[in-house]
Amino acid sequence: MSEHIVSPKIYLAIFTTLMAGTGMTVWAAFQNFGKFNIVIALAIATIKATLVVLYFMHARYSPKRTQLVIVCSVFWLAIMLSLTLADYNTRRHEGRLASATTCYRA
Amino acid sequence: MHRTGRLYGQFETLEQQKETAALGMWVFLVTEVLFFGGLFLAYTVNRSAFSTAFGAGSNTLDIKLGGFNTVVLIMSSLTMAMAVWSAQVGKKKLVSIFLIATLGLGTIFLGVKVIEYKQKFDHHLIPGLGFDMRYRSEHPTATDDPKEMAIEKEEVEKTFAVDPDTNAHGQLYFSLYFAMTGLHALHMIVGAGLLVWLIKGSFAGRFTPQYNTPVEIVGLYWHFVDIVWIYLFPLLYLIDRHR
Repeated sequence: MSEHIVSPKIYLAIFTTLMAGTGMTVWAAFQNFGKFNIVIALAIATIKATLVVLYFMHARYSPKRTQLVIVCSVFWLAIMLSLTLADYNTRRHEGRLASATTCYRA
Repeated sequence: MHRTGRLYGQFETLEQQKETAALGMWVFLVTEVLFFGGLFLAYTVNRSAFSTAFGAGSNTLDIKLGGFNTVVLIMSSLTMAMAVWSAQVGKKKLVSIFLIATLGLGTIFLGVKVIEYKQKFDHHLIPGLGFDMRYRSEHPTATDDPKEMAIEKEEVEKTFAVDPDTNAHGQLYFSLYFAMTGLHALHMIVGAGLLVWLIKGSFAGRFTPQYNTPVEIVGLYWHFVDIVWIYLFPLLYLIDRHR
């Protein structure tokens, strides 16, 4: 397998898309979508991150085992987030998450 | 030992040798994902519990500086990618130029971060003694627009009406803000060091189409740091801008 060289044209196209994505994030943040604001922000960020991984980091042209490692990182992150949040959201907190008034009163 | 891209005994081809190096870097980046992931997790749990204070804290950040930094960092990712391309096609001069551009943009990012941190010190928004979310609106400076300060004061009072412990919960927001952006900035500083090393190598003409693994691998690291910022920007700066 010979090395794949990504052309500057693709890099520029990705860069332009990332810039547009940044603009969209800021625009979306000033609109009121209720609880969907965070969903939209994270969706745009994830699209941007995927583009960076695929093209700037050459993941699309990498060997399968490298791609497997990349997918694993997302998978492990998902385990950490989902199991911890599942725990927090199903546990009783006696009314509040932390007794901030006693711990952190300024 | 000076690495010049000769084939080591355990590899069959240079291609395989390079792929192995990149795979090793990716494994390191997996640990980095989980490292930052812990902070993002702490952020998620606290933000869902204290959303009012987090929104108020987020609104004290300067969106222009944050947005500018996002643009700067994405541009530095482009120049980094172009440095890798220059090495792959054997344009030795361009490698140096693009690496220096990347370092310059990275330095601008850190400089803007310094300005932002300084503002937080001035506005009593550093967690600890003296932290006060009301301080800013109660102590306007000569350059502040009185109309804007009146709006800001009203917003802060609204926040305190909803959450009387805003000063306690705001400290959680700012602790996470400084931990996350601080760790990110630390990664940028390490990246800048690596870039200086690469630039020295590029001046010596070390990076060629046959041997450009260091540029490629530092590139992976640099893009990863960019990705972290892609998430940090909306999560820290844009929580509650739509009122």
